[in-house]
Amino acid sequence: MNPHEQQSGLLPISTPVEIERGHSLWQDAWHRLRKNRLAVFGGAVLIVLALLCAFGPLFAQSYREQTLALGATPPSAAHWLGTDTLGRDLLARILYGGRISLMVGLVASLVALTIGVSYGAVAGYVGGKLDSAMMRLVDIIYALPFTIFVILAMVFLKEPMQRLDAWFGQYRWLAGLQGFSKILLLFVAIGAVEWLTMARIVRGQILSIKKMEYIEAARALGLSRRRIIFRHMIPNALGPVVVYTTLTIPAVMLLEAFLSFLGLGVDAPMSSWGTLIKDGAEKMEEFWWLLVFPGGIFSLTLFSLNFLGDGLRDALDVRAAKD
Amino acid sequence: MLRFIARRLLETIPVLFVIVTATFFMIRFVPGGPFTAEKAVPPEILRNLEAHYGLDRPLYRQYLDYLGSLAHGDLGPSFKYSNRTVNEIIADKLPVSLELGLLALVIALALGLTAGIVAAVRKNTWVDYLSSSFAMVGICVPTFVMGPLVVLVFAIYLHWFNASGWYTARDCVLPALVLGLVYAAYIARLARGGMLEVLNQDFIRTARAKGASEARVIFKHALRGGLLPVVSFLGPAVAGILTGSFVIETIFQLPGLGREFVTSAFDRDYTLVLGTVLLYAGFIVVLNLAVDVVQVWLNPKLKFE
Repeated sequence: MNPHEQQSGLLPISTPVEIERGHSLWQDAWHRLRKNRLAVFGGAVLIVLALLCAFGPLFAQSYREQTLALGATPPSAAHWLGTDTLGRDLLARILYGGRISLMVGLVASLVALTIGVSYGAVAGYVGGKLDSAMMRLVDIIYALPFTIFVILAMVFLKEPMQRLDAWFGQYRWLAGLQGFSKILLLFVAIGAVEWLTMARIVRGQILSIKKMEYIEAARALGLSRRRIIFRHMIPNALGPVVVYTTLTIPAVMLLEAFLSFLGLGVDAPMSSWGTLIKDGAEKMEEFWWLLVFPGGIFSLTLFSLNFLGDGLRDALDVRAAKD
Repeated sequence: MLRFIARRLLETIPVLFVIVTATFFMIRFVPGGPFTAEKAVPPEILRNLEAHYGLDRPLYRQYLDYLGSLAHGDLGPSFKYSNRTVNEIIADKLPVSLELGLLALVIALALGLTAGIVAAVRKNTWVDYLSSSFAMVGICVPTFVMGPLVVLVFAIYLHWFNASGWYTARDCVLPALVLGLVYAAYIARLARGGMLEVLNQDFIRTARAKGASEARVIFKHALRGGLLPVVSFLGPAVAGILTGSFVIETIFQLPGLGREFVTSAFDRDYTLVLGTVLLYAGFIVVLNLAVDVVQVWLNPKLKFE
């Protein structure tokens, strides 16, 4: 698997003072990743965007500030990206929206990651009847028209979630959570859709690793089962998981934006990039900037995530996740 | 092979049954109903409406009734469109989505396959970079951004096409193009990846060593294996294209079925939700079966089992 593991075995024994340390899989990957200009560009853009969304609102014009008399104005020195029809600064809205969009992307991917990895690892490790039962279930869920199910869930769970919001409002220490029930629903709904592929990938990895010669060697050497799992199986299964997670985030963000486009995203006055794009698309005939800037930033983020994901895939040389 | 197809078709019946059951109970166990969403209806009228549609009967009876009429191919009456059955609505709207979808599919295959294969053959040249960035744009600029932008430029600023509607043959150009471009992007990426994998294999080197022309190597030897990833992607993708895209049909104001998938859920039009979900699931099941058959045909290593 790892060329350097073999190499370190072949090092001349006569190396005088210090034996050259082998590079770990991750150090190798890091080296290769740094050489990939597109991936570095993607990573840099993401860091800048994340920092801007996290701290930008502290400096930009307040999110709630609106000048109704101003109305929608094109980009100017005072409002770099213009204002919307209510006279709110578009840049501030994009930065605030980015918080929600990036958060949904990250957290929903983590939900998918957690479910997918545990499910796939158990199925792959235990094997046998349990494995085939678990995988049949995944097959059945795959056949369901899942986007439609997410839409149904979002429509039908709207009222229970509003009640949850009202319940939050009753307690002062929970009041800050008001309005977040919709986001919570988004996490769960999206996470529940996206774990399937992850489960398949992890199971496949564990299955193939179980048969690898180095695992056999480890067994022959008498290593404990725990050491084999944690020291040898998990690190080797991690590559595809990392790669696929990076590629899940843009998919999740797309799904969130799509739901927002249907009017199922976060509620006003909160906004995500999806709701901004929806608003912009409705008003683009007169106010082009309301569509172009949110759409542009959103696409730029997806570009960066995909470039980074592709770069990681090449750097870790993951075959399983290849197109 | 016929036995394989027959067995697979039989296997789809329980899958469709699970989907119908899950959808039926999912939409029914949630508060609200088709007549409570809008302004309050007087209780007497509500009772009459519910009696008319059989909503006053116990849930399990409604479920069995639905299954019973389903066995006759009857999807029931729509709750939202009064005096229309779900069958009529689907028969009315599906052709629009099919027409648009087929056109988009042709565009997607023509553009995507060409771009992907050329990129793989001319790997790491400007052709490859051009085609790969084109694919990246298609993947990263979602339809709900690209659609409005295309309308803005080609309909509102340039006046080449109508911004929306479905009246003349020209009206399907923009929506089919936007829909096709997105799928073309995915197809291009998959075709490039698949072709690269195959072109590295020994039998390709053997073919070249024996003096086969480059065109013969690509089209006779590499294409079969290289297109496998595209084929497996096409199963669900074609089902999605043909049953209509909500985003495209909303942006361009088209009377297709794609919008019904979403609006029926909003309206709690129970029978229409079930009908559209079932139709989509049917498309998926049949197309996945077609994919499996094509895959065996493309890759002799696989067998019908």
